[in-house]
Amino acid sequence: MKIVVCVNHVPDTATRVNISTNQKTIDSNGVTYVVNPYDEFAIEEALKTKEAVGGEVVAISLGNETNKETLRKVLAMGVDSAVLLKTEEAMDSLSVAKALAQEIKIQNTELVFMGKQSVDYDNAIMGQYVAAILDFNIVAAATNFNLSGNKIIAEREIEGGKETIETSIPAVITAQKGLNEPRYASLKGIMAAKKKVIEEKEIIISGNFVNVIEMKKPPQKAAGKIVGVDASAVPELVRLLKEEAKVI
Amino acid sequence: MANKFLIYVEQRDGNIKKSSFEALKKGSELAKLLNAKIEAVVIGNEIGNLEDIGGYGVNKVTHLKNAELTNYSVSAYSELFIKFAEEINADLILLANTLMGKDIAPALAVKLNCGLVVDCTELEVNNVNIIATKPVYAGKALTLVETNTPKSIFTLRPNVFTAGKSSAMKAEVIVQNIDTVNLSNNVTKVVKTEGKLDVSEADIIVSGGRGLKAAENFGMIEELAAQLGAATGASRAAVDAGWRPHSDQVGQTGKTVSPNLYIAVAISGAIQHLAGMQSSKFIVAINKDKDAPIFGVADYGIAGDAFEVIPALIEELKK
Ligand SMILES: Cc1cc2nc3c(=O)[nH]c(=O)nc-3n(C[C@H](O)[C@H](O)[C@H](O)COP(=O)(O)OP(=O)(O)OC[C@H]3O[C@@H](n4cnc5c(N)ncnc54)[C@H](O)[C@@H]3O)c2cc1C
Ligand SMILES: Nc1ncnc2c1ncn2[C@@H]1O[C@H](COP(=O)(O)O)[C@@H](O)[C@H]1O
Repeated sequence: MKIVVCVNHVPDTATRVNISTNQKTIDSNGVTYVVNPYDEFAIEEALKTKEAVGGEVVAISLGNETNKETLRKVLAMGVDSAVLLKTEEAMDSLSVAKALAQEIKIQNTELVFMGKQSVDYDNAIMGQYVAAILDFNIVAAATNFNLSGNKIIAEREIEGGKETIETSIPAVITAQKGLNEPRYASLKGIMAAKKKVIEEKEIIISGNFVNVIEMKKPPQKAAGKIVGVDASAVPELVRLLKEEAKVI
Repeated sequence: MANKFLIYVEQRDGNIKKSSFEALKKGSELAKLLNAKIEAVVIGNEIGNLEDIGGYGVNKVTHLKNAELTNYSVSAYSELFIKFAEEINADLILLANTLMGKDIAPALAVKLNCGLVVDCTELEVNNVNIIATKPVYAGKALTLVETNTPKSIFTLRPNVFTAGKSSAMKAEVIVQNIDTVNLSNNVTKVVKTEGKLDVSEADIIVSGGRGLKAAENFGMIEELAAQLGAATGASRAAVDAGWRPHSDQVGQTGKTVSPNLYIAVAISGAIQHLAGMQSSKFIVAINKDKDAPIFGVADYGIAGDAFEVIPALIEELKK
């Protein structure tokens, strides 16, 4: 079976965000980019599924030239081939979803893995979008995945519990932490990745569905007060919470 | 300009979610400003107190009903929700940004080919347009966003908008019995974490970090939480150590929370942790290192040993 995994190239979570002069994006100077953390779980699940049922794994990333760094890392983990959907323009989620869906169709696959969420815009909806466009089944934020024949049994955490889901391919599965332990790239994998080709396709966008008017820093909190240095400060803390903050 | 608002009311186990009341209240305020019509839809089987929705300013709710809708199913719920939104020609749709909201809002956006902004923390009317505030980079920055399409969908971050009931008005409840339900995605089992409040829905959260040193020391965190009617949370270090479940993790790769009160115990305040909790209304930090970054976002702090302070705090609250 051919399996597709969609991977995003995002700022490291330790990044201290500065806003660029256009006031619409972050200033990428000095920012380290990494494979989106949730996508590592998606890649691992794709590779495990391939190991179980045979076939190949293709990674797709939409972005600019620098996304190739992420695709190289993904190839080093054991993904067979990679496609870069290349654009210099900022795109909203639904436009990205349409481009990804089109490529997934070209790849002629029935099983797609993605991360639960990109840690840049934190939307957590790409899998749902792509599934809706392609009319695939969707399991979002899966913590467990099992495929036998056409049948999928998956689990996910919901608010205050866990649900078990039965569905079938064609499907998009988005990966939550807990799904598996992502493997590291081996030295052999890194060497092999250098020889694999990244296919590049220019994409043209037809216009965005949402506009970012402005990006800004959140209001800074005023410095708080240290009420004390040991248990003797507890009565005062409780008084403040009751009388000043009025939260208990 | 929006003429017809639709609020999606989410229920689990027949109970309406608090985050849906927040969406109803916000929706009714916006509809008033824009002079638009507003109604609500709910999908499920037996659902309690639907007419109470009237108290939040929405006086018509349609209940799409079938026994097979008792458990949530993304295929069944999306299909019915889309059909209803199209039938009434809704042009502004609000949902809570829950797992369910994030499942079905994108499906509707694809069908209506319209702009969707998720996880909004503010919606404001500017002239006739709605401008959403959407945090990005886990709250390290905010964006102001508008949609570009005649129809729009927004999902609202839970616990940010107030849900106060403003009247005793009763809504008109219209029950529509549904014949066939698409269960191509079928939830076959739901296991509830017994007696445990989820961090994403709690008004008060008590979180513990690596400084607590062992799983059993979370006993005092649980006791404090019980005393306050709070949920328990954790830093990633505590989750990675296996002391707490991942569902408790607060932060950039855990849950984003905005409770009224967040108490961080023996948590240093790494940037990824702060990202998930700094929009809490009040923050208390208890950490023996007075220079820990968590004090930079805390309203009140005690720079002392958690093993002394927490038991004392539990005792004080019992008084
Ligand atoms: C990709 C990525 C994603 C991440 N996502 C998250 C996330 O979602 N959430 C998250 O929390 N972290 C996340 N992290 C991890 C983050 O960087 C920190 O490592 C983590 O938050 C540290 O947890 P901690 O504060 O419990 O532990 P530490 O940083 O070790 O801090 C322990 C604190 O306890 C204090 N202490 C020790 N003993 C006592 C005592 N007796 N009484 C009082 N105080 C005491 C110490 O002074 C110290 O400040 C992520 C990291 C990466 C790389
Ligand atoms: N530009 C992109 N290229 C490839 N995959 C992406 C891209 N953006 C998002 N994704 C995938 O969609 C998932 C969820 O992203 P999001 O909805 O943006 O939070 C990510 O974990 C990726 O798997």
